[in-house]
Amino acid sequence: MKINRHIATTYFVASKKMTTVAIVGVLLGMSIFMFMNSMAEGFDRTSSESFFKSTPHIRVYKDDVLSVPLSDEGTTLIVNPKVVPSKNTIENPMDWVKLIRKQPDVEVVFPQVSCPVFYNNGKSQIIGTTIGFDPVEADKMFKISSFTVQGRLSSLTTHQDGIVIGSGIAEKMNIRTGDKINITSSKGVNLTLTVVGIFKTNNSKEDKTKSYVNLVTGQQFLKENNVYVTDINVNVKNPEQAPQIAAELTTLTGYKAEDWKAANEAYMAASRMRKIVITFISFTLLIVSSFGIYNILNMTVSQKINDIAILKAMGFNGGDVVRIFVYQAMTIGAIGVALGVVFALILVQALQHVYIGGDIGYFPIRFEPWVFFRGVWLGLFITFLAGYIPAKKAAKVDPVSIFRK
Amino acid sequence: MILSVKNIEKYFHDPTDFKVLDGIGFDVDRGEFLTLVGKSGSGKSTLLYILSTMDTDYTGQLIIDGEDVSGYDQNRLSAIRNEKIGFVFQFHYLLTDFTCLQNVMIPALRLGKLSDKEVEYRAMEKLRILGLEDQALKPASKLSGGQQQRVAIARALINDPLIIMGDEPTGNLDSKNTQIVFDILQELAHVNKQTIIAVTHDNDFAKASDRTIEMIDGRLA
Repeated sequence: MKINRHIATTYFVASKKMTTVAIVGVLLGMSIFMFMNSMAEGFDRTSSESFFKSTPHIRVYKDDVLSVPLSDEGTTLIVNPKVVPSKNTIENPMDWVKLIRKQPDVEVVFPQVSCPVFYNNGKSQIIGTTIGFDPVEADKMFKISSFTVQGRLSSLTTHQDGIVIGSGIAEKMNIRTGDKINITSSKGVNLTLTVVGIFKTNNSKEDKTKSYVNLVTGQQFLKENNVYVTDINVNVKNPEQAPQIAAELTTLTGYKAEDWKAANEAYMAASRMRKIVITFISFTLLIVSSFGIYNILNMTVSQKINDIAILKAMGFNGGDVVRIFVYQAMTIGAIGVALGVVFALILVQALQHVYIGGDIGYFPIRFEPWVFFRGVWLGLFITFLAGYIPAKKAAKVDPVSIFRK
Repeated sequence: MILSVKNIEKYFHDPTDFKVLDGIGFDVDRGEFLTLVGKSGSGKSTLLYILSTMDTDYTGQLIIDGEDVSGYDQNRLSAIRNEKIGFVFQFHYLLTDFTCLQNVMIPALRLGKLSDKEVEYRAMEKLRILGLEDQALKPASKLSGGQQQRVAIARALINDPLIIMGDEPTGNLDSKNTQIVFDILQELAHVNKQTIIAVTHDNDFAKASDRTIEMIDGRLA
């Protein structure tokens, strides 16, 4: 009812100082809450973005198998478990690739080989890894073109003897696109390739060790034929669903299908930790800020206990009294939340322009609509609770006991 | 008959069980100016708060305007108070954050039957009757005791209640203001046919009313 709002507004205006303090409390709590959560989202996004530049959502490969003890009906004869010597190739890789490609939710599939290599630089050698794959498919998955700084990845298709190297290697060896590079593989194969591209990720270790070649070149390095494949890389539509799809692929192919979460347990654990800490701190801030509202309302209720008794005598019921005080709380909350949103936006804007350097570059934060949306509702909800508890107390005031004092 | 009580009994439980009202029963007619008197502790104020519907912890029957309200819940009682009963307290009890005019308007705005403009007009009218139209826009706390009590009366009148109840309505006023308040109440009873029930320990005030009910130790004398 309008009169309840009118009374609430009058009380709101009558205690300007306390109200302002409560609003500032909500403002700070809200803005830091939204800011910190935006930051968490930003961290997550940039790290998984940089992650997926070198890691597929799912990697299918042949896992090592331990030898089974030689036994005869329960009597163990020989126990010497060790890795069964076998090639870690996937049999009939192209058939598997075709089959996996047909699975729902699967977006990109391609086979690859990886081989430890030495980049020969005069007398010194740089140790690294080269990856052999189909450049067109690989570009779809890792978006290599987006961080290629010289030449083009697609040139690999026309240059069978081409190679794309990391900027760290190029710098050390003083190489540009078009130059030749001599490489020895761990299997002793020595090849001279033409540099057709140079990439620069925001991971300096990758830049100093990694290179990309055609699948056939990779197989040559390993002294293997053209059906030798160590991994099948799979990207799915939603990376979050990778573990389930990986389990399906394991049963489908019989090979080990490992999702990116399982492959990077340490990273995932750190990310979970960060999330927990940020959530904990931001929630605490939000709750602490709501104490301001709780306080001011408790105070108002105590101060206005006579008013409440009179209002009740004049025919206001418990619900009216609750509405008066909740309305007052919600007004403080709404103003605090609105200003909090503005303040959080300013913080996000300001931090976006802070250069951190290294692998991160600019501070990885941006306006996250979902975080702000959630923050606003959470803020209003906590405000409501902080107002409702004292309001309920006010509604229970017995007017007779006040008048008879 | 506008109000009737039958066999009202009430106990206080703190510190020990104590029967504060015992078998109270009487009827009040429309337009009657009734005063309740008795020594302090005789239960007259306790009875008034039961009549006012604010105190529901009793046994017996309370009939207001033909409606037995004894078993009603708080929300229905609030609505009855809002529409049918006006209050005047000893300590005037205005809402200090509001102007006099707003204080008078609040019960009518709660009732919600008239537009804000009409309520404001009516409130000004009531203040004029009580000689306070020039104080209307002042904060309630800036008025003298007598003026505040008259604002409280104007507030009690805004919804044209059937019954106006007062707990020592002149208890805090000097003799001149007491006379003014008494005259107003009498006029309301006799001209407007509104019922007045007031608790008082002012004997002159009681004598001048239409009927006096005296209470002794929780019973009617």
